[in-house]
Amino acid sequence: MIKIEQLYKRFGKNKVLKGVDLDITSKGIFAILGPNGSGKTTLIKAILGMVIPDKGKLLVEDVSIKRNWKYRDQIDYLPQIANFPANLTVKELISMIKDLRNRPGEDKKLISLFKLEPFLSKKLSHLSGGTKQKVNLVLTLMFDSPIIILDEPTSGLDPIALIHLKELIAVEKAKGKIILITSHIMSFVEEVADEIVFLLEGKVYFKGNIDALKTQTKESNFERAIANLLTYEDA
Amino acid sequence: MKGTVLYKWIVIITIFLTQFAFAETITVCISCNISSLKDAIALAQAGDTILVKKGTYKEYNIVVDKPLIIKGENYPVIDGEDQGEIIRIVSDNVTIDGLFIINVGTSYTSDHAAIRVVRSENFLIQNVVLEKLFFGIYIEKSNNGKIYHNKVIGDAQDEYNSGNGIQLWYSKNVVVERNIIQKVRDGIYLEFSDNITINENTSINNLRYGLHFMFSNDDLYTNNIFENNGAGVAVMFSKRIKMVNNTFRKNWGTAAFGLLLKEINDAEIRGNVFEENTVAIKVEGSNRIVYSNNNFIRNGYAIKVLGACYANTFEKNNFLYNSFDISYNSKINDNVFQHNYWSSYTGYDLDKDGLGDVPYRPVKLFSYIVNRTPETIILMRSLFIDIIDFSEKVSPVFTPDNLQDMTPKMKRY
Amino acid sequence: MLKILKYSFFDLIRSRWSYVYLLFYLLLGCVLLFLNNDLSKAVITLMNIIITLVPLIGTIFGVMYYYNSKEFTELLLAQPVKRSSIFIGQYLGVALSLSMSLIIGLGIPFALYGLFQSNEIWDFLLLLVTGAFLTLIFTALAFNIALYNENKIKGFSYAILLWLFMAVIYDGLFLMSLILLESYPLDTLSIGTTMFNPIDLSRILILLKLDISALLGYTGAVFQKFFGTGFGLVLSISVLSLWVILPVLNIYRKSRKKDF
Repeated sequence: MIKIEQLYKRFGKNKVLKGVDLDITSKGIFAILGPNGSGKTTLIKAILGMVIPDKGKLLVEDVSIKRNWKYRDQIDYLPQIANFPANLTVKELISMIKDLRNRPGEDKKLISLFKLEPFLSKKLSHLSGGTKQKVNLVLTLMFDSPIIILDEPTSGLDPIALIHLKELIAVEKAKGKIILITSHIMSFVEEVADEIVFLLEGKVYFKGNIDALKTQTKESNFERAIANLLTYEDA
Repeated sequence: MKGTVLYKWIVIITIFLTQFAFAETITVCISCNISSLKDAIALAQAGDTILVKKGTYKEYNIVVDKPLIIKGENYPVIDGEDQGEIIRIVSDNVTIDGLFIINVGTSYTSDHAAIRVVRSENFLIQNVVLEKLFFGIYIEKSNNGKIYHNKVIGDAQDEYNSGNGIQLWYSKNVVVERNIIQKVRDGIYLEFSDNITINENTSINNLRYGLHFMFSNDDLYTNNIFENNGAGVAVMFSKRIKMVNNTFRKNWGTAAFGLLLKEINDAEIRGNVFEENTVAIKVEGSNRIVYSNNNFIRNGYAIKVLGACYANTFEKNNFLYNSFDISYNSKINDNVFQHNYWSSYTGYDLDKDGLGDVPYRPVKLFSYIVNRTPETIILMRSLFIDIIDFSEKVSPVFTPDNLQDMTPKMKRY
Repeated sequence: MLKILKYSFFDLIRSRWSYVYLLFYLLLGCVLLFLNNDLSKAVITLMNIIITLVPLIGTIFGVMYYYNSKEFTELLLAQPVKRSSIFIGQYLGVALSLSMSLIIGLGIPFALYGLFQSNEIWDFLLLLVTGAFLTLIFTALAFNIALYNENKIKGFSYAILLWLFMAVIYDGLFLMSLILLESYPLDTLSIGTTMFNPIDLSRILILLKLDISALLGYTGAVFQKFFGTGFGLVLSISVLSLWVILPVLNIYRKSRKKDF
């Protein structure tokens, strides 16, 4: 459960979030969309506690996240750019994260799924972008947390890995989790998302399922519907 | 002719024999007939020996007016009860041996001493222990004597009401040897005394100086140790003093130094060790002095030159880890530095003759700054100071530019 | 926090730079000792090096580590770990690995040379303690600089400036003000001024050991008390500790407010 009320955040003169209200109570997959600079990443980071809001309330599982860090145990987060400490090997990184979270993880299954065994004892700095993203996915999905946040999960993945990813998301969804996804690939969003949260100018501009979006914009195509949201704003 | 020679011999032998035959030993002890030193001296003939047994004798103003040997057995105590002077020797050929003398009276008008020798020759004072004293052994206008193996332990607190351990005044040819002096004003003080030899003494924890010369010439002091005194040794207004193989250690404080030379000419300072003094040698207006083969170790200043000092030579010394090697307060230099070892020398020796190829400049700009503004001492060893010292080294502006050791040794002696 | 410290520490121990740093000290120790063949002289030279170089390396390394481990930090931030633990843990990781390089790098050659049989051991230990203090202080200051500056170039410039100021400029200004004010009593002022620069403080700490004879030559009562008794030592060490604690507290404070 994530509850956001009147969230404000500015970086210097740049007001990024201008009163975001968002209630995610039901289970399912939520796609957070919006044009560049609309505050997607800031919102996600605010949920994670990486960005500290200027004003507003933010509750995760009914607990305010202000000055709190334990709630992050409820969240699995996949960062957008997979950069890791260069001197560690894949195996060490995985065991480190497990150690930090103080929880066992299902890393073995995921490693074999993404065929990462040959890379386990390689240093992270020696991996290709796609492999890094796979490691990133392993790190995120190996824990069984009620909330999952995926920031551009598809970037750099080959088609097979992409299929695995979709399967994994489906499995997690079936477990009754809240999954937040940002992505630029509209077909991916359309395929997996239950609901769309559209951010514009630092506010939630639209929230609802894909059908509702299509109805509101009078478009039958999802991608066009999204585009329509943008042009509608301009007009 | 022959007869007179023979006659002379007979006279000499007779005198010798009578002396020997009639020299008696008078014993003094608490329970004896003679229970005081004064009585014993009154009874004694010239040349007698007075043997003082163990015990405490409360006496003062004891005057020894004839040649006597006064010998203590197991250190009898002569307690002056703070009344004034204890023993005064006014005769030639007197020996004092093995007494334990305490409680000399302190006075602001006269210099009471435990043992005072006045206008006498051939005295010998040995194995004497002095405690709770004002002045210790005071030699006044007396020559050809020896002060040997005594222990003077004072408890001086302030300079104005304390006396000196061993004092020589207008006396010549005296040997001061193997004495231990501590916690008095000046350990050994010489005034108008020439041809004195001071050897193997230990002078420590004294309020003022370990050894102090005033207007005394042709003296020699060797193998002494001066430690933790107000200041080590002060040599003032004296000529031709030889200072050899002494140790000056830990003379710390605002006005403290290992050795002070003030208006001294033609002295020789050789083979001494100066260790951890605030100033190892402070020189004021002294000329033609040769400093050689000394070790200056970890002093604040090894040599501090004030005022005009001409024609001095510093050679073959080791300057080791002093905060400042040499300090001058003027820009003029008439002294020679050669063949010294300087631990802070950073030059090289390409021709392998054991001498650095680049001259060493022992005076730092920083020492000049510290002379001017003493509080800047707190910046010592700062990188900034190193930088300005370096620039001064390259082109001297404030320090004498001819003051350099052209032949610095690469290895210590 | 201990976990973060552990990982940062091991990460650093495996980095090339730690080895470079360690090797540098090893080499320095060897050169000083075996070229001079004089332990006392080596200790004095070492002192000059420690009070200038250790702060420089501490600041540069601190800033560098912070910027280089940005990704690691972001990874950690999403984990259920306290924010301050992340930064303090990383800080301690850097500071401790640097201190260790210093202690091991210098310790080995000096120990081999026979330090333990000599009188210089206390001077040497004091040097190491001071070096460790300076590492802790300047790494903390570097972390502060980095936390306040997202821009790497800016961060590095400020770090170098900080070092230059503390190591050279400060003392230059200090000296000039002492000379300008020489007609006034200056002991309290000069001791006070020293307290505001950790490099000066460390220098004083070492002076108390190496140059006590010279320091005791000054008449001011405050100097006498400061240098002549244990007071100077106690005060210097306490203020040095403050110099560690305050920047670390600020890391703690700033890290809680900062956005990533």
